Amino acid sequence: MSLNGAPPMQPPETHDLSRRDFLVLGTSTVASAAVTSDMPAQEAPAAASTQDAAAPATAKASFQVNGMPCDLELDTRTTLLDALREHLHLTGSKKGCDQGQCGACTVIVNGRRINSCLTLAVMQQGSEVTTIEGLGTPEDMHPLQSAFVKCDGYQCGYCTAGQICSAVAMLDEIKAGIPSHVTEDLTQAPQLTPPELRERMSGNLCRCGAYSNIFDAINEVAGGQA
Amino acid sequence: MKFDTPATTNPIDQLKVVGQPVDRVDGPLKTTGTAPYAYEHPVPDAAYGHVIGAAIAKGRITSMDLAQARAAPGVLAIVTADNAGKLEKGEHNTATLLGGPEIQHYHQAIALVVAETFEQARAAAHLVHVEYERGRGAFDLAAEKGSSIKPKPGIGGEADTAVGDFASAFAEAPVQLDATYTTPDQTHVMMEPHASIAKWDGDRLTVWTSNQMVAWGTKDLAKTLGIPKENVHLMSPYIGGGFGGKLFLRADVLLAALGARAAKRPVKVALQRALMINNTTHRPATIQRIRLGAAKDGRLTAIGHESWSGDLPGGEPETAVSQTRLLYAGANRMTSMRLAVLDLPEGNALRAPGEAPGMMALEIAMDEMAEKLGMDPVEFRLLNDTQVDPEHPKRPFSQRHLVECLRKGADHFGWAKRTARPGRSRKGRWLTGLGVAAAFCNNLLMKSAARVRLDHRGILTVETDMTDIGTGSYTVIAQTAAETMGLPLDKVVVRLGDSRFPVSCGSGGQWGGNNSSSGVYAACIKLRQAIAKKAGIDEDDAVFSDGHVTAGSKRMTLAELAGESGLAAEDQIEYGDLAERYQQSTFGAHFVEVAVDAFTGETHVRRMLAVCAAGRILNPKTARSQVIGAMTMGVGAALMEGLHVDKRRGFFVNHDLASYEVPVHADIPHQEVIFLDETDPVSSPLKAKGVGELGICGAAAAVANAIYNASGVRVRDYPVTLDKFIDRLPEAA
Repeated sequence: MSLNGAPPMQPPETHDLSRRDFLVLGTSTVASAAVTSDMPAQEAPAAASTQDAAAPATAKASFQVNGMPCDLELDTRTTLLDALREHLHLTGSKKGCDQGQCGACTVIVNGRRINSCLTLAVMQQGSEVTTIEGLGTPEDMHPLQSAFVKCDGYQCGYCTAGQICSAVAMLDEIKAGIPSHVTEDLTQAPQLTPPELRERMSGNLCRCGAYSNIFDAINEVAGGQA
Repeated sequence: MKFDTPATTNPIDQLKVVGQPVDRVDGPLKTTGTAPYAYEHPVPDAAYGHVIGAAIAKGRITSMDLAQARAAPGVLAIVTADNAGKLEKGEHNTATLLGGPEIQHYHQAIALVVAETFEQARAAAHLVHVEYERGRGAFDLAAEKGSSIKPKPGIGGEADTAVGDFASAFAEAPVQLDATYTTPDQTHVMMEPHASIAKWDGDRLTVWTSNQMVAWGTKDLAKTLGIPKENVHLMSPYIGGGFGGKLFLRADVLLAALGARAAKRPVKVALQRALMINNTTHRPATIQRIRLGAAKDGRLTAIGHESWSGDLPGGEPETAVSQTRLLYAGANRMTSMRLAVLDLPEGNALRAPGEAPGMMALEIAMDEMAEKLGMDPVEFRLLNDTQVDPEHPKRPFSQRHLVECLRKGADHFGWAKRTARPGRSRKGRWLTGLGVAAAFCNNLLMKSAARVRLDHRGILTVETDMTDIGTGSYTVIAQTAAETMGLPLDKVVVRLGDSRFPVSCGSGGQWGGNNSSSGVYAACIKLRQAIAKKAGIDEDDAVFSDGHVTAGSKRMTLAELAGESGLAAEDQIEYGDLAERYQQSTFGAHFVEVAVDAFTGETHVRRMLAVCAAGRILNPKTARSQVIGAMTMGVGAALMEGLHVDKRRGFFVNHDLASYEVPVHADIPHQEVIFLDETDPVSSPLKAKGVGELGICGAAAAVANAIYNASGVRVRDYPVTLDKFIDRLPEAA
């Protein structure tokens, strides 16, 4: 398996909130959020009891989603994915694993694809978030959305939003000259070859196994270069 | 409509819409994120539930301290077996869905914490303190094999079958193979976790869930809760993958219902990904012994297949021998299944239960036997074809084109260029090889009902509780209705997955497409009768086309005939004894090219082809997707998928998507599928059969056989990971 290659050469995110501020805000809750969701109850750390009935820490999260400004007052433990799905009711981004392993929650933040389950909403102050709903609608689809329909690049549809968002940003990464694990010559601009396309999409799992068709859909939009 | 004689010419044969590779009708919703899945229905005031799984595999809860969790911010209720009231067990469940005090398997749900927010529920769940008394369990199939028992006859038929005299024939056979293969526990890991929203209105319960079998789910939810079935309204319109893992009622829906009752609020529950694998069902591991005896000319004289698997008490065997009863000729045969009691999570169906792991073993055995005979593995299979049920020679197959699939595939794939001697084809660092396997999966017939309603605009609405798990049900049902009624596709609306709709076959066992479409066809035929009657024309003379009905000089639009009040009809397809008189199966051939790194043993799949003979293909686009998806799962089974059992503590260790590896984009090359032009008038009025599981049956073995051809190393224990053969690779330098 390959990891969703968050390309190493991206400029760092700019936040209104510094990393240190975030740590201060989040301290009281990080301990419990860090406990894996499957950890047997008997092994839950006693330290968590310090929370008791204290109200959860909340913070303002202000960012743009699909061009619309959003101002939310959120439990600081809220992931960007849950902010989108549960607070903004944008359920196109899917929760497949909630632990950064499947890619179903992929959205585009400031032009770069990320797993929205792996970032807290409060870390995205001022960000520009694009979700599948922002790419197109059933009446006015993005070329990639149309190509997925034409090439049957999905079956159950649950990984589809992540695949499409990932593909949009992936094509931009190639245009921007960002290399991947399979790029053979780092001194040349990367090309959209079949191995490049497959490697770069490998963070988006599709258990229905539509990969061959997803490849065709992306390749068609990219002008059949691969 | 009773289907008890083979189909003759009928409206489906026009193939104006059916048989065409039309885009999915739900495509624009799925690609724009607007198709609502279970957890996404806008239910006001919903609270959130977080599931706690048992931390032991077997034993008892001795104490459960809820005080801290109850006092945590936002907590509304905590459901445990202690306070949930009396619960029955669903007909389709082996273990109970809410454990305690007795624990039957690791991560069996023992509590649901309900809170105002998701974050609060999750945090509070970690404040529940549970003490256990660990019991002794059995977790190792190989160790329990000796104490396994003969299971009762079940879905896979009798535990033991025998024809002729296997023992003598095998002993006397000049060429023999006696080999043992193992397949590991595997898990579905569909992309959408099991998820539900439950809402009570008095004693009536509404659930939005993700379930392949709406009627089973409704019935078992009512049974488990001890309420009348009529009081449960279950909806499952979009399902983010199932593969058999969502055939049954699971903990998410039961706990959502119990949580909603306790909190007096609607409650949403999704199983956490890392909980799913031990909490829900899996495909059980098998140990399979295959003995083949053949004459020197390659004709099989003896075929023996034994399989051992395990399950919880009251569970069933993995029916890995079932295809061996039907696939090849041979006068003397035996099969046998034995079942061990294991205290691992519940074993159950995963895409092509029985046949998928059975073919993983049988089709390596056929490859090995061909080599012993000095025969080409394609030729060996061709020679041992049978056109009748080998156990009952008077019973023919309805259609059987295995030979054509193998021939066409070999030709198309360039099989003739294969280097027969293994380990001899090397280019640079890559050892390359070709592998073949037959594909085989039975075609099952299930009753399926639908209702259709025509309105004054000429729009036909189809309602059935059928589900679309990515299979394309919405689309093939729309095509069937459009074809039968003579309507364009855009005049048909399909509504699925609602327990208020007529009961369908549901999605499973590759029976969904053929049976549910046939049910819709039956309802449409009834509607045609009503329309003809209203038009005052003889039904036999009526031609339905372009939104009109025509008979002689009479021509009317369906819209005007429907009128303001509309016209409706409901019917179901049910079957006579054609499945007893004819063996109904689907066939295919898999061809795979792999490259194995001569230094590291890493395997790359370079080319894949499946040739399928599966009756009429209702939609070549969606059917092809089913097959490539199944081939992909076959690659997973061959190269990477396997749950690792902690044999001391009794659970699947790699219970998430990082450690249970499934194929990713980089693992899968372009895949090719060829459908033979087949219709099967014995199967249904649509003359179609199942195809969704055929594609996985044999796919893994074709990969394994290609690895052998490339490397010269035979691995009989799946998955074929490099650690199992790197020390035996040919000298690389």
